[in-house]
Amino acid sequence: MGQPVVCDLVRRFDLTFNILSAIIYPHQEGRLILELYGSRKDFNRGVRYLKEMGVRVEKVGQEIHRNENICYQCGTCTSVCPTSALWVKRPDMEIVFEPEKCSACELCIAVCPPRAMSVKFNSTKML
Amino acid sequence: MPKKYKAVKTYQEINDRIKKGKAVVLTAEEVIEVVKKSGPVKAAREVDVVTTGTFSPMCSSGAFLNFGHTKPPIKASQAWINDVPAYAGMAAVDIYIGATESVEGDPLNSVYPGEFKYGGGHVIQDLAAGNKVKLRVQAYGTDCYPRQHFEKSFTVHEIPDAVLCNPRNGYQNYNCAVNSTKKIIYTYMGPLKPHFGNANHCTSGQLSPLFNDPYFMTIGLGTRIFLGGAQGYVTWPGTQHNPDPPRGKNGVPLQPAGTMMVIGNLKEMNPRYLVGASILGYGCSLTVGLGVPIPILNEDIAQFVGVSNDKIFTKVVDYGIDYPAGTGQSLGQVSYEELFSGTIRVNGNDMPTVPLSSLKMAREIAETLKEWIQKGEFLLGEPQMLLPSVRK
Repeated sequence: MGQPVVCDLVRRFDLTFNILSAIIYPHQEGRLILELYGSRKDFNRGVRYLKEMGVRVEKVGQEIHRNENICYQCGTCTSVCPTSALWVKRPDMEIVFEPEKCSACELCIAVCPPRAMSVKFNSTKML
Repeated sequence: MPKKYKAVKTYQEINDRIKKGKAVVLTAEEVIEVVKKSGPVKAAREVDVVTTGTFSPMCSSGAFLNFGHTKPPIKASQAWINDVPAYAGMAAVDIYIGATESVEGDPLNSVYPGEFKYGGGHVIQDLAAGNKVKLRVQAYGTDCYPRQHFEKSFTVHEIPDAVLCNPRNGYQNYNCAVNSTKKIIYTYMGPLKPHFGNANHCTSGQLSPLFNDPYFMTIGLGTRIFLGGAQGYVTWPGTQHNPDPPRGKNGVPLQPAGTMMVIGNLKEMNPRYLVGASILGYGCSLTVGLGVPIPILNEDIAQFVGVSNDKIFTKVVDYGIDYPAGTGQSLGQVSYEELFSGTIRVNGNDMPTVPLSSLKMAREIAETLKEWIQKGEFLLGEPQMLLPSVRK
């Protein structure tokens, strides 16, 4: 691709970005997790542009998964979740997971005692 | 002179009512309102048993396994299950797998914070699940036990004995952990963010077994319990059992105090209630489901089971400085009502609270135990020796 796509999102589509995570190697497949701000119209145009440039675009929330058979609702994950996608519903003390709030930081994965959280994309595969 | 009670019941009387399906059984949450409304004497007359529950990582756990004599026979001196070292310094084919042992070759904390993906706790969960595990044994060989190597894959049902035997479970109260330093720390109380970023707590509060019998008036050797989904027993005071901690006016300890040693048949247990735990930066453990029935023998016991989270307190300990230095210092005291509310304030610092103990599972355990008793499937075990207590 060799194009400054993130820069173009700002210059051509008036979007503001926040890079949450990035693994990029020259001439290899990479992964970038971006938070984008802007009007819906600009956002849609920006995403269309990325796709035209050959970038596979996915919503991160769909990439993080909680195995409900493994999670025993302790709450340890809520101590590290930066976006409150994992939170404690009180007073029931139910541990709620809202994928749409998740920024895919992956902090919950290693913190979960029974290892109930997982990501679809696997960063180690790219190394 | 022993205290004269207005409401008196015996184990035998309660068990007779359980057998007839007439016992009145409530969970430790349900009974609170009853004691509040009716008072302890009436509550003691009306209620027979109160069930408790807890579901937390309990490090001092493990299992004795007898893997059966081999041909030719072997006297194990070293053993591994799924590459997790087990203790083999007992008789020929008896071994003990401890919950916190890590798999051989684990990088531990050399890649910090260590992930501790598999260990003794996970082996125990695999055994409870009926999964095949692989045993590897080495021996020096003797005239009577000549074999020096042995390997075998088995499920828990294919070996003679598998006994869960946890030397210290069900801690009566536990610290609320915080971190005053500038860096995140990874502890057995979970990750603690810098500058008092979070306050982690780990009991089921008013539902927790030993909060409901603070002076051990009903719990001791022979108390039948819910253990890992099966019926087990309290066999002894747990290691580090402290009967004489500082207590609140209601008798409830203000810091970690009493403990129980518990035992049960691992072959009957359910992996839903025995879960291998990987505690980031700390190690492996076993999350244990434990429930103790409290017989309401008199009004004092009814008073104790009526305790609620606003009347149970614990100390806040700085795991960044005081805990690793062993100072014994506390930053203050908070109630479980505050801890379960989501925020506590200590020395002017507001911090979000994080539960490490599953209240959802604790409730499920207390409810399950209640059902067992109501159906007459579970009778109370009368202790032959109560846990050591300071109450006369």
